[in-house]
Amino acid sequence: MSKIFPKSANALPLQIVIFLFVLGGVAAAGITYYATPAYLRVGYQPVQPVPFDHSLHAGQLGIDCRYCHASVEKSATSSVPAAQTCMNCHSVIKTTSPLLEVVRESYKTGDPVPWVKIHQAPDYVYFNHSVHVNRGVSCVECHGKVNEMTAVYHAKSHSMSFCLNCHRNPATFIRDPQDVFNLDSKTLAEQGRLADAQKFVHDWKVKPPQSCSGCHR
Amino acid sequence: MSSHSTDQAAPAILAEVRPASIPRRELVENHRDFHWITEKICGIVEGKTPTWWWWCFGAAAFVASFTVSGLIYLVSTGVGVWGHANPVNWAWDIVNFVFWIGIGHAGTLISAILCLLRQKWRTSINRPAEAMTIFAVVCAAIFPVFHVGRIWFAVMPGYLFPFPNSNGIWQNFRSPLEWDVFAVSTYGTVSVLFWYIGLIPDLGTLRDRFTSTGNIVKARIYGFFAMGWRGSNRQWSNYEMAYLILAGIATPLVLSVHTIVSFDFAVSLIPGWHTTIFPPYFVAGAIFSGFGMVLTLMLPLRAIYRLEDVITQYHIDCMCKITLATGTMVGYAYSMEFFIAWYGANPYEGFAFINRAFGHYAWAYWIMITCNVITPQFFWFKSVRENTTLVWILCIFVNVGMWFERFVIIVTSLARDFLPSSWGYYSPSIVEIFTFFGTFGVFSFLFLLFIRFLPIMPMSEIKMVIPAADPHGADHH
Repeated sequence: MSKIFPKSANALPLQIVIFLFVLGGVAAAGITYYATPAYLRVGYQPVQPVPFDHSLHAGQLGIDCRYCHASVEKSATSSVPAAQTCMNCHSVIKTTSPLLEVVRESYKTGDPVPWVKIHQAPDYVYFNHSVHVNRGVSCVECHGKVNEMTAVYHAKSHSMSFCLNCHRNPATFIRDPQDVFNLDSKTLAEQGRLADAQKFVHDWKVKPPQSCSGCHR
Repeated sequence: MSSHSTDQAAPAILAEVRPASIPRRELVENHRDFHWITEKICGIVEGKTPTWWWWCFGAAAFVASFTVSGLIYLVSTGVGVWGHANPVNWAWDIVNFVFWIGIGHAGTLISAILCLLRQKWRTSINRPAEAMTIFAVVCAAIFPVFHVGRIWFAVMPGYLFPFPNSNGIWQNFRSPLEWDVFAVSTYGTVSVLFWYIGLIPDLGTLRDRFTSTGNIVKARIYGFFAMGWRGSNRQWSNYEMAYLILAGIATPLVLSVHTIVSFDFAVSLIPGWHTTIFPPYFVAGAIFSGFGMVLTLMLPLRAIYRLEDVITQYHIDCMCKITLATGTMVGYAYSMEFFIAWYGANPYEGFAFINRAFGHYAWAYWIMITCNVITPQFFWFKSVRENTTLVWILCIFVNVGMWFERFVIIVTSLARDFLPSSWGYYSPSIVEIFTFFGTFGVFSFLFLLFIRFLPIMPMSEIKMVIPAADPHGADHH
């Protein structure tokens, strides 16, 4: 019988098995690390039509989040301000700045400033801003320290496990309601007042849903 | 065995059991020898591709394209292209899944349980039956995977298989649907391994024959999959042990897979589903449908390749009798369901069964009864079992009936549950019909490739059951 395989082929089955195991391990590790919102979304920082500086307005000047995002306490969505809101001040401050040309144009025509959306909840997710901020969940928990951002970027992953992390244990993440819009404040737990947080969760009936239909309605 | 003197009268209690020698029918007829078996089986692979094969292959590929295009349309459009709607949210998809997965069970029964029970007649039919199992699992898997619509979720970590994921979710291990994922994937894996292990000696034979005829490309391909088989004593000993272990692993699977499939229904609360008879009833039905399909495939194969000497009338008799036995069990289960519905005195359960037999889907119910209960009873008659054409036609009825059984169970119960306000009527969409029809093409496509390129019967095992393998006779040492 003539030989049809070289002697090295004897090692082939073992090599194939090892290769498949390594391939499987690399694929699993790669998917676990890369195919996640924590990798794909965090750090997303698009160039905006107007270089609005949150660190200047909300940080140095101390303008409250709600001055611009006015509906956040009352509605599901946190509104993006119309140009009128900007012009409340900018009709008298930096009236000729070329950076504000887009805002002045929007104010004149009524067409909205084409802001690029950064935090996009998928269509199949129901999210309500008001129910969160009225129950001691600060803006900073999901959006990061916007008051220190020159240009806003996606600071947190907003993955489902990110949501569930808090929904499963709300007391750890809750602030005193008067600190919700103070992005430099600490959670009650961080202040060592976990018992107060748990009392708040009980008294204010903070019952974040963990069932599928709580958010996927 | 020690010899006994025959001049004394035998005592009432013998010192040892002396089994009577019951003449068994020959498993290979016409005194065929080792060489004939090798030439017959290898000749199919080595010969020129027959014209009929090309015609069938083309037809199978064409029919399979219905499934492919149906699925592409489904994925690109959405699961709404199928006819499911409230209240019937499981319909042809799950019917087809259970239908195909049930068919697979005969292959595992033949290869595992009959192996452990030393039923020698399994040798001629186990290879094609195992191939049928694997291809049936392939067809079955299409439906649950695609009925989720957005199929990429099926492979994402955390949905079907437990794997850490950024959604922070984990499988609900209390759900039979999750058990089903493991049952079916284990079943598929073990079936493939069993089939492949059994193929190795025969692939070695083909490799050697292609090497000696100088067809080095084919020799390399078969040689690669033969994994260095040399047929040494040590390899045979390891092979036999591996085969036995796999038979041991696969045996519980024959019972567990369809038991768990039945749990998909039995664990819910829908009237007509929530019954304890489901697991044994489903397993009997699965083996029934599987043997129906084995005969459907084996009889044409036998006629085309002139395999009457290895698939003898004895084999057909055995398969017909198993079909008869399991078909009768299924018939018993149908009547017992009705009895329990009355005896249990639950008005919803009672209504569910009366509705099955006399409601909107009564036509499907009576097709099921005709095909599954009446058809196999013909196999009581030897003259029927010996008429292969008639056996084949009856097996087609079995296949049809078992599809309707799943349709009746799934659709009638969902269409008429507790609240009359949520009653409905389900009709399949054209996309659904074509997608299901196409799976027969997918199955035939794979099966035709199998019979063209792989040894359709385990040569080594058939050789073990002919008299030449036992030249001194087992009874006379």
